[in-house]
Amino acid sequence: MTNTNRVFAALTDPTRRAVFERLRDGPRAVGDIARGLPVTRPAVSQHLKVLKEAGLVDDRSEGTRRIYQIDPKGLGAMRAWLDQFWDSALSAFAAEVERSAKEEKK
Amino acid sequence: MSTQIRPAPVRKSLFVNTSQDHAFEVFTTGMGRWWPKSHKLGEAELDRQIIEPKEGGRWYQRNLDSSTCEIGTVAAWEPPARVLLIWQLNAQWTFDPELQTEVEVRFTPEGSGTRVELEHRNLERLGETAEGFREAIDAPGGWGGLLELYAKEAAR
Repeated sequence: MTNTNRVFAALTDPTRRAVFERLRDGPRAVGDIARGLPVTRPAVSQHLKVLKEAGLVDDRSEGTRRIYQIDPKGLGAMRAWLDQFWDSALSAFAAEVERSAKEEKK
Repeated sequence: MSTQIRPAPVRKSLFVNTSQDHAFEVFTTGMGRWWPKSHKLGEAELDRQIIEPKEGGRWYQRNLDSSTCEIGTVAAWEPPARVLLIWQLNAQWTFDPELQTEVEVRFTPEGSGTRVELEHRNLERLGETAEGFREAIDAPGGWGGLLELYAKEAAR
């Protein structure tokens, strides 16, 4: 699975690893995660975005706050992988539709 | 409500410049003509993927040596508008009879062609089978407490 690489890539950055570590005790809001870290809040949001794309964390809205938590089962990565799978499968499907539609018209 | 995560369904939408009938047919009975060859099941040489055109039909892969590998089943067969498939491939890309995720595909006429909308849902059910994924990221080691934590979370 190429997502394994993405997971490793996501965790090579020490700040990002620190962000991830801060979720070890449970779900937290972005502001709470950023507190005490030597980076700006937008930077923390950016790190969370990368972690989310790697399937390591998940988020939800709670009022105006965004709460992040560790994805317990690697489901995010599975989802990302299936997302890619359907992208490539459906583009192959579309190509076959066009090809066979032309053939029918002949 | 614990920390159970429910991943959002994978949703895709595309327009194909052909009739609703033709789009439905290529997707279902023509699946063997477009399914990525890189995603076959097992070791045998792939012939093609087959969807039996009826509710309760099989969805499987036929190999050149005439052996077969199950992929899932057909839960709803409504040509040319909709097909509901039960996808039973787990994180290790093998058939698991206990696993049921749904792939719903809708075909709607739009202008000179057809809008195809796909939704792959109930992905949280893959959680039972995502263990292999965790092992894969754990294998090279070196992340220490971080991945221990991840493993602990995964085992809950």
